[in-house]
Amino acid sequence: MLELKNINFRVDNKLILNNINLTLEDDKFYCITGPNGSGKSTLARVIMGLTKPDSGSIIYNGQDITNLSIEKRAKLGIGFALQTPVTFKGLSVYDILKIAIGHDLTKKEACAILSKVGLCAKEYIDRELNNTLSGGELKRIEIATVIARSPSLSLFDEPEAGIDLWSFKYLTGIFKEISTKKKGTTVVISHQERLLNLADIIILLEDGKVKEVGNKDTMLNDIFKPDCMKGDHDE
Amino acid sequence: MNNTDKSLLKEISETLNEKAEVYNIRKNGQSIERKVNDYINIVTKENISGIDIYVKENTLFGIVHIPVIITESGLTDVVYNDFYIGKNANVIIFAGCGIHNDEHKDSEHDGIHRFYLDEGAKVKYVEKHYGEGKGRGKKTLNPTTEIYMKENSSLTMDSTQIKGVDDTIRLTKASLASNATLEISEKILTTQKQTAKTAFIVDLNGENASVHVTSRSVAEGSSYQEFVSNVTGNTKCYAHIECDAIIKDNGNIKAIPEIYAKNIDANLIHEAAIGKIAGDQLKKLMTLGLNESEAEEVIIKGFLK
Repeated sequence: MLELKNINFRVDNKLILNNINLTLEDDKFYCITGPNGSGKSTLARVIMGLTKPDSGSIIYNGQDITNLSIEKRAKLGIGFALQTPVTFKGLSVYDILKIAIGHDLTKKEACAILSKVGLCAKEYIDRELNNTLSGGELKRIEIATVIARSPSLSLFDEPEAGIDLWSFKYLTGIFKEISTKKKGTTVVISHQERLLNLADIIILLEDGKVKEVGNKDTMLNDIFKPDCMKGDHDE
Repeated sequence: MNNTDKSLLKEISETLNEKAEVYNIRKNGQSIERKVNDYINIVTKENISGIDIYVKENTLFGIVHIPVIITESGLTDVVYNDFYIGKNANVIIFAGCGIHNDEHKDSEHDGIHRFYLDEGAKVKYVEKHYGEGKGRGKKTLNPTTEIYMKENSSLTMDSTQIKGVDDTIRLTKASLASNATLEISEKILTTQKQTAKTAFIVDLNGENASVHVTSRSVAEGSSYQEFVSNVTGNTKCYAHIECDAIIKDNGNIKAIPEIYAKNIDANLIHEAAIGKIAGDQLKKLMTLGLNESEAEEVIIKGFLK
């Protein structure tokens, strides 16, 4: 279980995260959504340790991890797929999967991981992680690095960003499989209805605050209802 | 050969084993072992120190090892090795120099390698430089490579200097006839107060000649590196020079590009990028459980792979 208590984060006097309080339970699939600039990515980065909050605390399975380094959080079972995958000169797809899994792995094992994200392993395993790979391919490899670790808490920052419709269709399938397995907690930051539809719980952020938390059916109705049909305008 | 010799040889020429058909091992300025076959001959030069290597035309899958080891402190070894590669011959040449210096005197090896490629000849040239030893004596390596390429010939050169060489000045010169292809990949890692200067001077003289130079270097500690490329396109030709460098600590790297198009159809590109390790790369690897120094090591090792 992950608890975020009174998390605040400011940049240039602008409050990016404003007193965030959230509890994420084990084996649930969460989607965090909200307008651009609402603090979604920052919140995920705070959980992974990529961004240090100005105040507040993060408790993971009863342990205060607020001041823990990124790699120590990774070792505790937190995984993070970046919105914009990083490229590496000289590192192959196999190399990054080997690092992700933390020990030697056979090519067969690496292939099995890649096939989970829909990549034909033979074509990709020895490719360098550089810009000769398309945005969709890099994104799938990024997701594969998280899947390879089987983290108990997986964070995916806008997996749909920067990829084409066909790759997105495949990504939806990957997350559908994750959501049905109900193993470990999954947090996906997304604007996409098809991904939000997979969630057990949707968290809506606005202006750095948690505006609403609820189950998928209630939240989706509310989020995608035209403004004129929402409560404020009913009267 | 003693254990030091064997371990130096292993560092610079991993693939040299008892099954090797053609080799010349040079130790402290003298040839100590040599083997040749019907297709590839090695002859000692008469007036100057060095060897001539003759590869017969149409030789296929030829493999030649010419490692040099220096274990005598204070020695300056200058050697001239000339390679004559016959028409349509296809050969791999492993060269390299390992210096072991436990004393306070400086040791130096200056290898001047000249390649004469006949029409259609194909060469892969792998060169590795390595220094070790506890002494205060400097380990200096100054390789010069001259490449003369006739029509339709091709040469791929992989050059690596990863560890332990205090000073190096590397000069690679090439002149290419029509349809000749030259590919050079160079990797250099300097640490502490080491210096490395490397220069490529390439003349593209024949139509459709092409050269591709990829240089990847890392300067750590307070080491200094200099990369100079000077490519002249005299006709319809293609050149792509990439200099990619990572600086760490107080390392300094200077890149000096010079490309000169003397013909309207010459297409010459030079790219140079120098910078520290990207923060995003470090952070990504840390999310996979590596600490910062482990992540740095992985990035540098991959970069120089």
